[in-house]
Amino acid sequence: MVKNKGTTPLAFDEMMNADSSPRQPYSTYHEWYASQDRNRLIAKSKDAENIFRKTGITFAVYGHADSSEKLIPFDLIPRIISGREWRKLAQGIEQRVIALNAFLDDIYHKQEIIRAGRVPRELIEKNVAFLPQMIGFRPPGGVYTHIVGTDIVRTGEDQFYVLEDNARTPSGVSYMLENRETMMQMFPELFHQNRVRPVENYPNLLRQSLASLAPPGCSGKPRVAVLTPGIYNSAYYEHAFLADMMGVELVEGSDLRVIDGKVKMRTTRGYEAIDVLYRRVDDDFLDPLTFRPESALGVPGIMDVYRAGNITIANAPGTGISDDKAIYSYMPEIVEFYTGRKPLLENVPTWRCSEPQSLKYVLEHLEELVVKEVHGSGGYGMLVGPTASKKERALFAEKLKARPTNYIAQPTLSLSTVPILVNKGIAPRHVDLRPYVLVSDKVQIIPGGLTRVALKAGSLVVNSSQGGGTKDTWVLED
Amino acid sequence: MLGRTANGLYWMFRYIERAENSARLIDAGLRMALTRSGATEGDWDGVLQSAGVRELYDEVHETLTSIDAIDFLLRDRANPSSVMSCIEAGRHNARMVRTALTRETWEATNECYLEMKAILSRKARPTDMPEIIDQIKRRAGLIRGAFHGTMLRNEIFNFSRIGTFIERADNTARILDVKYYVLLPAVAAVGSSMDNVQWESILRSVSAHRAYGWVYDAELKPANIADFLISNGRMPRSLAYCYEKIASNLGYLEREYGERHQAHETADRTLAALRSRSITDIMDQGLHEYLEDFISQNNRLGQEISDGYRFN
Repeated sequence: MVKNKGTTPLAFDEMMNADSSPRQPYSTYHEWYASQDRNRLIAKSKDAENIFRKTGITFAVYGHADSSEKLIPFDLIPRIISGREWRKLAQGIEQRVIALNAFLDDIYHKQEIIRAGRVPRELIEKNVAFLPQMIGFRPPGGVYTHIVGTDIVRTGEDQFYVLEDNARTPSGVSYMLENRETMMQMFPELFHQNRVRPVENYPNLLRQSLASLAPPGCSGKPRVAVLTPGIYNSAYYEHAFLADMMGVELVEGSDLRVIDGKVKMRTTRGYEAIDVLYRRVDDDFLDPLTFRPESALGVPGIMDVYRAGNITIANAPGTGISDDKAIYSYMPEIVEFYTGRKPLLENVPTWRCSEPQSLKYVLEHLEELVVKEVHGSGGYGMLVGPTASKKERALFAEKLKARPTNYIAQPTLSLSTVPILVNKGIAPRHVDLRPYVLVSDKVQIIPGGLTRVALKAGSLVVNSSQGGGTKDTWVLED
Repeated sequence: MLGRTANGLYWMFRYIERAENSARLIDAGLRMALTRSGATEGDWDGVLQSAGVRELYDEVHETLTSIDAIDFLLRDRANPSSVMSCIEAGRHNARMVRTALTRETWEATNECYLEMKAILSRKARPTDMPEIIDQIKRRAGLIRGAFHGTMLRNEIFNFSRIGTFIERADNTARILDVKYYVLLPAVAAVGSSMDNVQWESILRSVSAHRAYGWVYDAELKPANIADFLISNGRMPRSLAYCYEKIASNLGYLEREYGERHQAHETADRTLAALRSRSITDIMDQGLHEYLEDFISQNNRLGQEISDGYRFN
């Protein structure tokens, strides 16, 4: 059994049982592992790093001038999920994603959920992620969130929680694909011994899914493009990778212009129309005429083209209102309201600091809680109570009192662990999971996803910007 | 293809070509230092001029020394034509156009950058120079090999090649122009040992000192050297060869797009002139004037290509 530092005494380990026997999904892998020479594995680990560096699979950490390109550490012990576990997860995710789209359609149209008193009006209408420009407009196919990355954590054999619904522009899928590619290159025998469900067709599915939601104004074969903020963006590698794998253009705002009511890109032959834009640019920067006027990353006038039905934007502008951390706490109600069923996947209990009672509780229990900014992401601006110093907690308490509406708090979950390779063998580390979901006329969930792993013993922060790593994630056929 | 992508490819290959060229110029300078009892400052002055960075050098350094000149050409970020600056800029452009490159081409470019960055992170010792120059040539060769071995012969290929040859033509013309006076008949009549060193250094600057002997007499003659670097269509760094390639790549684009631009006229006209004019005629009319004209016309062609294919 695994012991952690800090206040999480026991964590569920996904590979090993308490009696040191492997859990069932890992049994074949464990046998293989036991037969391996440790030095060979450590050498392979270095090989993997070289593959990543050579390929340029890097990301940028903001605020680190000297380290403009970093590698995300890759751990070569896979995270393995049984077919039975996966079915349960997949059903829960599908239900949740359907609810998210129904919720978005409702709040930009009739707002029945507000009228039914299930979600407070001010939480929606005063929210910066709510876009009045989307009111009364229905995106092609009625799909708002074409790509979703649902963050899931596990605390026990059958306890799964949804931590976040990333419904804006979830990143990391290129790591899912490259991790698998690297594992298959390094350990082909493992893929003979284990029946691992494939993830490689993701770019293909993504292209088909996007093309199937071309706008009504599109005649002929839809032309898809990926919009990137550019080479200095932290996820630029992924943008280029996806465009390349899909065989579509990678465009920047400066390549695009609205001409004759269409969004067109400047090519070597002149201007050519784009039908579906997979944008990796935030809402705020999408259209300087509608949102931030100083933005040079977007396309002036694209919102008019969008509302006229001449381009599909994926994900739709304004989806941020559904994955906002304050809305998150209402997800159980939201799921039930639109699907008529109890949520299959649980929410993490959440205190909304905007409510005085909750704020009081949070301030009194800071040492047990994780406090997050409502609009934050990437692990920035959060407090992990149990591992923070007294001084850090005191400073954070001041911030909380100054702007309570900006924060939510959750109990510190004892995240499950999966071993990583260390110099002396293997050691358990906390993990989370981000499966990727494609929505068109159907919901497709890629079997697996990105497993992020905290590399420091006892740490619960898995974000790559905070020193986390990744693992290949296997879903087994059974 | 996006205009921005065409632009990125064009510059990626211009910079890689220029990196090699800067390395070759350093090599020629070092060689001159070995031929006599050390290169004079005048020699490095010529090398810096050939690289087109003589004035820039003076902005950074107060005196001209061989150590400073080598460092300036090799790794100074203040010099946009230094080997390191070029490799960095080439790789930056490659990152921008990654979707247009094969994995092999991208990886060769990225590995070149990673390795040179490590090697050139500190000032090079004179004893390390031969190895460093070799390494640059080898890395550039690997990029070229990956590019030729794996890229489709389509518009992506054409824009890349055009970038390579516009840059190369500029380099060769510049090298000749800096030394044009040693090739003039009046000066060259004697053929002293000093002249021989100068002539050989011109050939070395374009890696052509061996090939020269295969084509002409072993004896170095100014008119032959000029002919080799300007009119000889088989010499891969000659102006004529560069324009054969530019014109043929522009020709592919013309057929593919069904569209002819000003650039096509300029390239075809320049090529025709290179084919028809004899070297004696050029030298009689004035080599320096000829080269000056060529350099500015070559720049203009670059601009016309950028306009015709909507680079910006």
